[in-house]
Amino acid sequence: MKQYQEILDALYEVLKPFASEANQRLNEETQLVADLDIDSVRLLELLMEIEDHLDISIPLNRLPDINTVRDLAVSLQELSE
Amino acid sequence: MTRSIFDKFQYYANLREDVARLDANPFNVVVEQVLSETEAIVNGRRTILAGTNNYLGLTFDPRCIAAGRKALEEEGTGTTGSRMANGTYAGHLALERELAEFFGLPASIVFSTGYIANLGILSTIPGASDAILLDADSHASIYDGCRLGNAEVIRFRHNDPADLDKRLRRLGDKAESALVVVEGIYSMIGDQAPLQEIVEVKRRHGAYLMVDEAHSLGVLGERGRGLVEQAGVEEDVDFIVGTFSKSLGAIGGFCVSRWQELEHARYAMRPYIFTASSSPSIIASTRVALSILREQGPELRKRLWDNAHRLYQGLKAFGFRMGPESSPVVAVTLGRSKDSALKVWHDLLDKGVYVNLVMPPASPTTECLLRCSLSAAHSAAQIDAVVDAFGALSGRILEN
Repeated sequence: MKQYQEILDALYEVLKPFASEANQRLNEETQLVADLDIDSVRLLELLMEIEDHLDISIPLNRLPDINTVRDLAVSLQELSE
Repeated sequence: MTRSIFDKFQYYANLREDVARLDANPFNVVVEQVLSETEAIVNGRRTILAGTNNYLGLTFDPRCIAAGRKALEEEGTGTTGSRMANGTYAGHLALERELAEFFGLPASIVFSTGYIANLGILSTIPGASDAILLDADSHASIYDGCRLGNAEVIRFRHNDPADLDKRLRRLGDKAESALVVVEGIYSMIGDQAPLQEIVEVKRRHGAYLMVDEAHSLGVLGERGRGLVEQAGVEEDVDFIVGTFSKSLGAIGGFCVSRWQELEHARYAMRPYIFTASSSPSIIASTRVALSILREQGPELRKRLWDNAHRLYQGLKAFGFRMGPESSPVVAVTLGRSKDSALKVWHDLLDKGVYVNLVMPPASPTTECLLRCSLSAAHSAAQIDAVVDAFGALSGRILEN
């Protein structure tokens, strides 16, 4: 099982370029679509990168509940259990 | 400001505004008069239809028309009922038997459309304790079928058996009841699944495999059974789904399986139960089209593939960005600008050529596509006219 902070750090790393492009500061409340302006196609690609990074598969069924960086981190932590 | 139930459609409202500036809407093309399998009057102009999925060109086959007409006169315009109630006629069962025989498999179900076939199978066969692994570029009907059911749904990278392998490994014991879903020919770019490699992976994990042959039935394989036949993996595929609305020139869908148990699931499939069955005339013309596919398939396929190669080579010569291989689906990739894509599509129509305009999210990337599909009924002269129309716009297509 991965630690929450470890997952969060990995997410910040992957999301950094998007935050910089959207001129946003990353934190747990950052909204993936609204704040980082990531479209649905790019978001799915991005999730695949995160999956590889953490060696986890994120089921599509979970996506409707994921809005913020925190939602994603919590979901990833649950999946890593 | 008052909140409207229609606020969420603003994106489409904007798109409509963009389209309104043109005198033709790519998403609402009206075929004013059908002239043949490959030509129609569109926007008041004689137009070559190069985006209809009418692969074998059977929509005007006199034998199919005669069978449809006979059924129409003898059995009426519709069944007015579900397959599970009054909507199963002798023809529906005969078509199921004929499909099973064609594929050499014991189980077969006919659905009202191909979309419904995917909804029925994917929402019912894998349950809450199972997983579905679908290719990322799967058709919307596959995604929607997954959404309708309760299985865990995981995407793997398009045509990437190694990525599939990794994701099956992550599932642990659950991989044994997982259903892997791929397509024979992918509808947007026309590329094929690397089926032998995918079969190796699914075997290694003991998973099940479904292949959607919507665009490959009648198009691939010595007997026209699709990519599963061409790749020589018929014994390793658990479910084949397909449609009657492409090579068979009508509308409807099916699933055939090596598992007789498919029959048990029939009455658990809500998309099968809660819709009316296909009209008798549709079933009748489809049965004849299937028999034509069996008897004249090789000849029709040769014409189709000759046309596909001719178009692919012709367009490739302009230096367009295209799919990796020649296929009855030939797509030219444009850029991200929807406005430019709309204009190029419109100008092709103005030159008497209809192709499909595909925009994100329907396209597999963030770019727009001009998608052509070929027919055995196209003449070489028609293909050349399509190539010429693209050629006349090549500068704008390349700078997109």
